[in-house]
Amino acid sequence: MPLLEAKGLTRRFGGLIAVNDFNIELGEREMVALIGPNGAGKTTVFNLVSGFYQPSEGAITINGRDTRGMRPHQVTSLGVARTFQGIRLWGEMTVLDNIRVSQHYRAGYSLLDCFLRTKKYMIREKEIERVAWELLEAMELKEYALELPRNLSYGLQRRVEIARAMSLKPSLLLLDEPAAGLNSADVEGLIKLVRWIHDTFPVTIWMIEHQMKVVMSLCTRIKVVDFGATIADGTPEEIQNNPAVIKAYLGDDTI
Amino acid sequence: MQKHTFTISLFAGIFLLTVLAQFGVINQYLVSVIMLMGVNIILSTSLNLVNGYMGEFSCGHGGFMCVGAYVSSVVTVLCFSKNHILGAPLLPPSLALLAFPLALAAGAAVAAVAGLVVAIPSFKTRGDYLAIITLAANYIVISAIDNMEIIGGPRGFMGMNATVNGMEGLLDIPWMLLWVLSGTVFTVWLLRRFVSSTLGKGVPAIAQDEIAAEIMSVDTNRMKLIAFMLSSGLAGLAGGLFAHILGYVNPHSFDIMKSTEVMVMVYLGGMGSLSGATLSAILFTVLLEVLRPLEIWKWVVIPLLLILLMQFRPEGIMGNKELSDLFPKLKKYYSFK
Amino acid sequence: MEFFQHILNALQFGSFYALIALGYTLVYGVLRLINFAHGDIFMVGAYIAYFVAVLLLGGEGMHGLGLSPALTLAITVPVTMILTSLVGVTLERTMYRPLRRKGADRLYVVITALMAGLMLENGNLALLGASRKSFPELMEKVVWTFGGVSVTNLKVVVIVAAIVVFVLLEFIVTKTKIGMAMRGISYDKFAIPLMGIPLDTIIVVTFILGSSMAGLAGILYAMSYPILEPYMGALIGWKAFIAAVVGGIGDIRGAIVGGFLLGFIEIGVVAVFPSTLRDLFAFSVLLGILWLKPTGLFGVAQTTKI
Repeated sequence: MPLLEAKGLTRRFGGLIAVNDFNIELGEREMVALIGPNGAGKTTVFNLVSGFYQPSEGAITINGRDTRGMRPHQVTSLGVARTFQGIRLWGEMTVLDNIRVSQHYRAGYSLLDCFLRTKKYMIREKEIERVAWELLEAMELKEYALELPRNLSYGLQRRVEIARAMSLKPSLLLLDEPAAGLNSADVEGLIKLVRWIHDTFPVTIWMIEHQMKVVMSLCTRIKVVDFGATIADGTPEEIQNNPAVIKAYLGDDTI
Repeated sequence: MQKHTFTISLFAGIFLLTVLAQFGVINQYLVSVIMLMGVNIILSTSLNLVNGYMGEFSCGHGGFMCVGAYVSSVVTVLCFSKNHILGAPLLPPSLALLAFPLALAAGAAVAAVAGLVVAIPSFKTRGDYLAIITLAANYIVISAIDNMEIIGGPRGFMGMNATVNGMEGLLDIPWMLLWVLSGTVFTVWLLRRFVSSTLGKGVPAIAQDEIAAEIMSVDTNRMKLIAFMLSSGLAGLAGGLFAHILGYVNPHSFDIMKSTEVMVMVYLGGMGSLSGATLSAILFTVLLEVLRPLEIWKWVVIPLLLILLMQFRPEGIMGNKELSDLFPKLKKYYSFK
Repeated sequence: MEFFQHILNALQFGSFYALIALGYTLVYGVLRLINFAHGDIFMVGAYIAYFVAVLLLGGEGMHGLGLSPALTLAITVPVTMILTSLVGVTLERTMYRPLRRKGADRLYVVITALMAGLMLENGNLALLGASRKSFPELMEKVVWTFGGVSVTNLKVVVIVAAIVVFVLLEFIVTKTKIGMAMRGISYDKFAIPLMGIPLDTIIVVTFILGSSMAGLAGILYAMSYPILEPYMGALIGWKAFIAAVVGGIGDIRGAIVGGFLLGFIEIGVVAVFPSTLRDLFAFSVLLGILWLKPTGLFGVAQTTKI
C-alpha cells in the first residue's frame, strides 16, 4: 500500500481549474519533487493533501485512509506535516514552545488533567518537552530554544519551521519552496539538512522547489505540472531532457 | 520551602484580611472595595484569555457575567429566601454554606454554555465580525432578562442576602470576603495552569497564526470552544459573587458599559499577561475609588487616561510579559507546576 | 391600512439607522477601523443642532436671533453638518492619525475610538448636566392622509433624506476620483501614497462624509423625537453598527439594506408583540443572520492564501 495516493485530484475555484486530474503515488522513504512554473497549482496540491482545501473531485488516501471531509489537524495526525511558502512560525512564542505546540495531537490528556496536573499530564508534558529538546539538539537549534523566532535570521527560521514539522513525527513531509529566499550558503545547509532528515527519520519527503540545484541533488523522482495538469513524471535525467518541460519553462519558440 | 513562599503568603494574606475584617480593623467600605477588586480580577483575567491570549475582540463579557449573576441568584433565592415564585424557601438556612458554592458553580456552568453563542460562530469567523456577535450576545442577554417579569425584569432581582445571612448564622465571619478571595485565587490558578500547558498554548498559537496552528495538529475549533467557554464560565462566577456581594442585581449593571470596563482592564494590563490583568484590575478598582469625588468627570478622565496609554504605551502595563519574566528572581518564591 | 402605517414607520426608523450605519461603513471601508465613537458623534450632532436652533430661534430661556423656524432649519442643517464633521475630523486628527503614524496595531485604534465615545457621552453629561433638552419645533407638522394612512411631512423628509444621501454617497464612492482613492486605500494602504494620492486627505474626507451624515441624522432624529440626552447615541449607534455589519460592513448598499432591515424588524416586532421585546428580537435576528452568513449580506469573505 502506498503511503500517499492521490487519484484524479481536481480543484476548482469558481471557473478556474487550479488542479486538474492530478495523480500521484508516494512510497515509503521516497524523496520527490513537484515543479512547474509559477501559478501552476503546486501549492494547491499541497493544500489539498494537507487538508486545507477539499478536492472538488478525486480522492486522497494516506496509509489507506481516505482524507476527504477531514479537517487539517486530523490529516496531520495521520502523519502529514508541512512547511509553508512564507514562513508561518508563531512569532511571539519561543522556538521551544513552537515545537511543543506542534505536538498537540499527541498531548493525550484532557482539560481536567491539565487543571488538576494529574500524573498522566505530568508524564505527557515531560515527554513532549523531551522530544522537543531532542529535536532541537539534533537540528542544531538548541542554543536558540528560548529565542523568539522573529529575532532569528531567515535561514534559521526555515530550519525552525522544518524542525517544527518534524516534531509531528510525520511519515510524509511536505516542503513548500524550502530554499526560497535563502542565500547560497544557506541553500547548501538546507540540502544537507534535508538529506540528513531523510537518512535519519523514516520519512517520505515531497517538495515544491524552484532551485534546480536543490531538486537535482536531492530527489529521485520529479513531477512537473503546468496549468493544473501533469506534463511530465520521471527521474531527474528524464525530466531535464523532456521537451514538454522545456516548452513549459522556456516557451514554444522554435527557431 | 522557599518556592512555596508565594502560596503560603497568599493564603496567609487571605486569612489576615478575613481576620482584620472580622474584628473591624478594616472598615466595611474597605472590605467592599477589596471584594470588588476580586470580582474585577476574575473578570479581567478571564476576558484576557479571549481578548489577550486568543487575540479576539470580545466585547460582551458583561452578558456572561449577567447570566452567572442571575442563575446563581435565582438558585439561592429559591433555596433560602421567601420569594414570590415558590413562596417559602426550599432549604433551611443552615444549608446555605453548602449550597452557595453549588449555586456559584451552577451560574458559572450556565454562563459557560451561553458562551457557545459566541464560540460556535467563531469557528467560521473572526475579528470584527465576531466582535459584533459578542456585542449582540450581550444585548440579547440584557433584553431577555428585561423581559422576564418573573425575576423582576428591568426592576432587578433581590433576596440574595438571606443566603449570606444563612452562612453568617452558622459562623459569624465575613463569608463573602472569603468566597470572593477564594474565587479570585481559583480563577487565576485555573487560568495559569491552562495557559502554561502545551494544550493551552494552542490558544496563542491561534492568535499568532491560525492556519499554521490547524496544520500543526492543533484542533482549533476545540481550543476556541475551551477558551470561550472557560472565559464566559469564569465571568459567570464573577457575576454570581458580585450579585451576592450587593444582594441585588439589575440587568443594566451588566450592559455594554460593564463589558467596556472589563476591556479597559484587559488592555490596561497588557494582552496575554495574567499578572498584568490582575494588576490592572487592582489598579482600576483603586482608580475608580480615588476618582469618586470627580463624579461624572471620572468617566471622562478614565477614557482619557486609556487614550493616552494607547498613544504612549499601547502594549499596556505588562505587555505580554508576566511579573516573573520581568523579575526572574520572583521565580524562586513560587512553583506553578 | 395599519400595515402600510407600519411600513412607513419602519422606513423612518430604518432611515435613521441607515444614515448612521453609512458613517460606520465609510470609515470601516477605508481604514478597516470600527469607529466606535460614531454613535456618540450622532448624539453630538443632535446637541449641536439643538444649540444652533435655539441660538437662531430663541426660546429655552435664550433670546436668540429670533429668526423664523423655516429659516432656522435652513441654516441649522448645513451648520450642524459642518460642525459635526469637525468633531469627527478632530477625533481623526488628534487620536487616530498619531496612532496610524506610529504603525500601531488596529486594535489600539479601536480601543481609542471606544474611549473617545465614552468621553463624548460623559463629557456632555458633565458639562450640560443630566437634564434633558427638548428640541424646538422647526417644521410645522403637516399630516397627509391617503386612504387611512397618515404621513407627516417630517417622515417624508427623513425617508427622502436617507435615499438622497445613499445615492449621493454611492455616486461619490463609485464615480469620483476621491471615491476611487477611498476604495483603493481599503485594498492597500501602503501603495496609495506611492501612487501620488494624499492618504491623509482622503481619510479626512471620509471622516467628513461619515460625520456629516451622523450630524444630519442627529437633526432629523431630534426633530422627530425632540428629547435629547447624552446617552441617546449609544444604543442607536450600536444598533446601527450591527445593522452595518449585517449588511456587510464596508459596503454602502449593505449599510442601507442593514439599516432598513433593522427598522423593519423592530417595527414588525412591535406590531405583533409587546414593545419591550423589540431589542431582544432585533438582536436575535441579526445574530442569526451573522451565524448563517458571517460576513454579512453584501460582505465578501476574505480568503486566506497559504
